[in-house]
Amino acid sequence: MHVIVCVKQIPDPALPGELDPATNTLKREGKLILDESDGYGVEMALQLVTAAGGGEVSLVSMAPNDEVSGLRTALAMGAAKAVLVSDPALSGADALTTAKVLGAATKKLDDADLILAGTESSDGYTGTVPEQLAEVLGLPSVTFAKTVEVADGALKVDRQTEAGYDEVSCPLPAVVSVTAGVVEPRYPSFKGIMAAKSKPVETVTLGDLGIDAVSWAQQIVSVDDAPEREAGEVIEDDGEAFGKIVEFLDNLKVI
Amino acid sequence: MGIDNIWVFAQAANGEPTTGTLELITKARELGATVTAFLGGDAGPIAGALGEHGAAKVYATGDLGGSLPGVAVAAAMQAVIDGGDSPDLIMFPQSYEGRDVMSRLSVKLDRTVLTNSTEVAVDGDSVTVTTPVFGGTKLVNSTFSGERPFLAAFRPKSFAAEPSGGGAAEVADAPVPDLGAAGAAAVTAVHVEETTGPKLDEAAVVVSGGRGLGEATNFEMIETLASLLKGAPGATRAIVDAGWVPYSLQVGQTGKVVKPTVYVAAGISGATQHMVGMKGSKNIIAINKDAEAPIFGVADLGIVGDVHKVLPKLIEALQSRG
Repeated sequence: MHVIVCVKQIPDPALPGELDPATNTLKREGKLILDESDGYGVEMALQLVTAAGGGEVSLVSMAPNDEVSGLRTALAMGAAKAVLVSDPALSGADALTTAKVLGAATKKLDDADLILAGTESSDGYTGTVPEQLAEVLGLPSVTFAKTVEVADGALKVDRQTEAGYDEVSCPLPAVVSVTAGVVEPRYPSFKGIMAAKSKPVETVTLGDLGIDAVSWAQQIVSVDDAPEREAGEVIEDDGEAFGKIVEFLDNLKVI
Repeated sequence: MGIDNIWVFAQAANGEPTTGTLELITKARELGATVTAFLGGDAGPIAGALGEHGAAKVYATGDLGGSLPGVAVAAAMQAVIDGGDSPDLIMFPQSYEGRDVMSRLSVKLDRTVLTNSTEVAVDGDSVTVTTPVFGGTKLVNSTFSGERPFLAAFRPKSFAAEPSGGGAAEVADAPVPDLGAAGAAAVTAVHVEETTGPKLDEAAVVVSGGRGLGEATNFEMIETLASLLKGAPGATRAIVDAGWVPYSLQVGQTGKVVKPTVYVAAGISGATQHMVGMKGSKNIIAINKDAEAPIFGVADLGIVGDVHKVLPKLIEALQSRG
């Protein structure tokens, strides 16, 4: 079984984000890490390959400056190889362009039985790329999966809904987006980290993918500060602070 | 040209249009456009309510027969557009189905998408949407260029739903064309999770717990307090991911957006992911042992203290009031 996982390498979410004043897009120059929400897809892929009795997990990613730090994390978890698309022309690319580029990148690898992705990235969170990728590749898709099984060449997925969940069946190949918590991502072992250093990462440009030009039909026109919410009274609990809460609720007439 | 013709992707639950649907129809009407609702399913039960909120017409696919709405409704939309009725703007609720339909359609029509927006403005031929970033501290204003229709998705509760006094909408069929291989996924069973008390995103009081509760069993305090205040319990992504409570309780960017009269945050530090979902609450009470926690920056009443001590006393005090 061959599973391709789409992973994003993002600025560390623990650090304050910054917009480039010239383009108003998110600054991505520094070191990038594997998006935490992609760890679930990588883990799911590894488990499915094991359950299938063998196969391989590959990665596709799009990032500036030939950045591979986040890919190495996923390789250390157990993925076998990666294709990275890195091209200055993609700076500020929209989700549709990203889906087209990732779709082209999957063609650099053997045909996939299954393509996995997170539901949305933790930095841009447009949340459309997995389903767009499915349409680009002409594949069926199941989004917001909270469990994924493969049996007899078909997927069985529990798909999150507003009211609960749906059981969905889907033939392979297909694209599936997985929610956080679908599996517990493993920590890379020391052996895995060492092995990852020598695993193949093919870095390609748009030209290598046969894409001549990219453009997107959206522009950021301005960025404003949101109206700030004023902080109110903050008190230290002396054992009686619950009384303050009761008083507050009383004044609002909710009790 | 102007923005004269707006479609809204409409969703229904329990025989009624969802609140998110009515919010977008109301907003589209306020923008001065002719509003068409586009529904994956049968229009019969909800055409009246859609019309009352300002939809002049409803396109309905009829029963989807187990197809997932994303690919099926997008294909039906494309068929209507190819047939000559093409809108200037299509508004989608930022919901599971809304995201899927919008994603499929964006590729079919080769159009960009703007998502997670909370405001929309029309100026002549130009459409600008506003999207909060960095936990809602900055507002990014973006415009569409290129060919119409423009595709935009809006977070719940961005607009107020108000009836227009209109009559029932005209209903037109928009059948789903043959989907080929892309339509091969099928729903085989539907599960509805039982909930008691008010719905999380409609409750006047929401009491949420986070990692500061220490362990899963302490979430009972959150449920008890929520019940005493006739409110709904909520949770952070951290404790949902940890498996303490189901996803349906999650408040935040990837969960529910809530705007209750009172929001109680217990053992919650105030990660961006969470704040996006509750900052619009009218009053916020925060209890956290770390005085530096970001949650205190938005709280009207902040208690620096241990939730394991404050919550039991608060519960006892409320119980004794009867």
